[in-house]
Amino acid sequence: MRDVAIIGVGANPKWGELWGQSLRDIFVEAALAAIDDAGVDHVDGMYVGCMSSGLFAGQEHIGSLLADYLGQRHLPATRVESACASGGAAVKMAALEVASGHSDIVLAGGVEKMTDVGGGDATYALGTAADAEYECYHGATFPGLYAMIARAHMDRYGTTPEMLAQVAVKNHDNGALNAMAQYPFHIRAKQVLDSIMVADPLHILDCSPITDGAAAAILCPLETAKKLSKKLPIKIAGFGHATDTIQLAQREDMTWLGATAKAAEQAFEMAGVAPKDVDLFEVHDCFTIAELVVIESLGLVGKGEAGKATLEGRTARDGDLPVNTSGGLKSKGHPVGATGVAQVMEVVKQLRGEAGERQVKDAKRGLTQNMGGSGGSAVVHILEVA
Amino acid sequence: MPSARYTREIPQRYRLEAGKCSSCGKVYYPPRRVCPCGGRDFETVTLSDTGKVVTYTIIRVGPSDFADEVPYGLGIVEVDGGVRLMAQLVDVPLEEIKAGMPVRLEFRKIYQEGEAGIICYGHKAVPA
Amino acid sequence: MAGIVGWGCHMPRYRIKVEEIAKVWGADAQAYKKGLNVQEKSVPAPDTDTITLSVTAARRAVARAGVDPAAIGACYVGSESHPYAVKPSGTTVAEALGATPECRCADFEFACKAGTEAMSVALRLVDAGEVTYALGIGADTSQGAPGDALEYTASAGAAAFIMGADNLVAECEHTYSYMTDTADFWRREHQYYPQHAGRFTGEPAYFKHVTGCAEGILAKAGLKPADFAYCVFHQPNGKFPATVAKKLGFNPHQWEQGLLCPLLGNTYSGSSPMGLTAILDVAKAGDRILHVSYGSGAGSDGFVFRCTDRIAEVQKAAPQTRELLEGERFYLQYGEYAKFRGKIIMNVKGA
Repeated sequence: MRDVAIIGVGANPKWGELWGQSLRDIFVEAALAAIDDAGVDHVDGMYVGCMSSGLFAGQEHIGSLLADYLGQRHLPATRVESACASGGAAVKMAALEVASGHSDIVLAGGVEKMTDVGGGDATYALGTAADAEYECYHGATFPGLYAMIARAHMDRYGTTPEMLAQVAVKNHDNGALNAMAQYPFHIRAKQVLDSIMVADPLHILDCSPITDGAAAAILCPLETAKKLSKKLPIKIAGFGHATDTIQLAQREDMTWLGATAKAAEQAFEMAGVAPKDVDLFEVHDCFTIAELVVIESLGLVGKGEAGKATLEGRTARDGDLPVNTSGGLKSKGHPVGATGVAQVMEVVKQLRGEAGERQVKDAKRGLTQNMGGSGGSAVVHILEVA
Repeated sequence: MPSARYTREIPQRYRLEAGKCSSCGKVYYPPRRVCPCGGRDFETVTLSDTGKVVTYTIIRVGPSDFADEVPYGLGIVEVDGGVRLMAQLVDVPLEEIKAGMPVRLEFRKIYQEGEAGIICYGHKAVPA
Repeated sequence: MAGIVGWGCHMPRYRIKVEEIAKVWGADAQAYKKGLNVQEKSVPAPDTDTITLSVTAARRAVARAGVDPAAIGACYVGSESHPYAVKPSGTTVAEALGATPECRCADFEFACKAGTEAMSVALRLVDAGEVTYALGIGADTSQGAPGDALEYTASAGAAAFIMGADNLVAECEHTYSYMTDTADFWRREHQYYPQHAGRFTGEPAYFKHVTGCAEGILAKAGLKPADFAYCVFHQPNGKFPATVAKKLGFNPHQWEQGLLCPLLGNTYSGSSPMGLTAILDVAKAGDRILHVSYGSGAGSDGFVFRCTDRIAEVQKAAPQTRELLEGERFYLQYGEYAKFRGKIIMNVKGA
């Protein structure tokens, strides 16, 4: 298998409630930005991560639709679905297609158009990432499932609502510097704790928003990267992918994200590095508690210690474990299928030195962790300067 | 909820029928065809209707079918014997719900398809 | 001779007080409390209906009967608030118990005596040798029209009886039925609340049929009130059953145990059957029980039961009726009660 590089990344200028743009508009805008960033004039294949164009936009078959609208007639294109890990899974599939030697330039994109449906229908659509018959049937929501994880984590490790709130505060501090963020402003811990309760103990400001948006990346063989593009090639040093029980009730340990831990193990092994060798981490903070459990499950901090590490500022931009310099899902927004690709985009920009005020000094290696449902799937990528 | 999809799950929802792997003895609810141990033979067993709350939340913003019922307790219950399942926690003041509390599973209406569709039943957990 | 093998009862934990209802409609709470001898009534939560109450009551009956539910050959639910107009409550109850597929079923309706007719038919199906065990259930979550006198009493509950020929807790020595066409209380198809004929529901309806049935069964059995340890009558309020019992010659210590209405309200098809379960919870071997129901439209079913030695063995095998009635309960305000009972006009979903 040949080494794979990312030579282009792009997204919409702003993520949020894009009332005037349809799913196809949003995707094409991001895909063109990535294609132009790379400076290529065509692609050989495409993977589009999207959780549910069917439920949100009444549209399936979007591989074909978006290839057509991108002006790439006859392009082999497939929609990839792994709930909120769809984007990360799309990147992995694209990487494998390039690594196998089958294709030379593959676009890995992600998109979600979530605001055409009302709040209740959006909650229902998101809920299909859980077990429809044994969780959603009983009235479970996504915030509800993560709230149960939060309660278990609080009961076992003494994690506090203030620790959760600090995740949101930190991510907004980063997102305030990110022009594309849906909520590019600072918030205070007290605002989080005073905001309405969605599913105890999670407040509305502990939750990532409903967002329209897309992101894309152009992948090619590392050996031809410099020929194809002027941009600094970023190598995919390793990746990992794992699933876990979809039902929360069947997890061995409710305070641990097994799929994330397994996917990370694979990625670290493939890249031949350890957490201490990584300079920044883009993780799946769909809810504040998720970020805490993820960094424990990635092995960045010990079990139960993520809350303390966050309060101490270790995961801030200038800490020893910068997490979510992009603003995370919380501040940047979470168009479900696009998130995993946007995480890759942030790391690529950081490694290229293009992150402006968000820049982590001397960033040479970054990790992305993209997770589906309540942890039922996880895809981890480790990227490094080639 | 399509009738076929609802009727299939009746043994699980109405009678708490689960599957016990004949190779390793682990019990799955709902039942499945293949055990992670590799076993493909299962025996039907019935779960106990008493247990305790493992973790819980209070849903205050609900999905459309449950929007009028908020706030409601929802948790993971471990029944005697070790199997866990998700169920609403009812007939208890919300502020009194806590992990470890003993509960009993009682037959209740889960939701109905408006005024003209089918009524869907299952179990909820009440204080034991 | 068939009889009861096991019994079970269930009621919601929610209540609303007479004062709370009277406040909203500008009525005199004390007058209602005294006039009806009712203080509060049970209220079903939105997740509780005739089927769910019947399932729990039936499971308790199975626990006391000590039988394999697969041996139940008939499941009859009598109610005036079946959740479906077409699709029997009995099928869901039978599935939940594990009595399917070899099980007869159809729902019964005869206002408040649907449950006792179900019990009656269950007994006779066993006597006919058609089935080993038959389940007769009386259950309701009836609605009272807002502001109407019946709103103070219309409540929710269920009683279930497994009838069989062996291992009885109580033999059924006699049954009798007294019925006429009398329009005292009715509900037309598609109407949400029932109508009633005011004072006509008293003497010409309740008292005529309950008395006619009681006197008829006592004559048929050659028994007098003194031969009974207990009696239980239909309880539309806390007054009528005491009045009819006294008139027939019974004493308060015979009817008190089964009189649940003052704290429960009128559980319609569940009414006298739940009263019967409260008596079975404490009765002793050899005790005779007179049970007379009443259903508007109108008619009464009568039973003479005689308890066996086995009854003491199973009284504690499931929650007891007065424990459920007087145990932990939650009081609602009228707004919560109206929401629970679907009395609030909601927006059409998806419009």
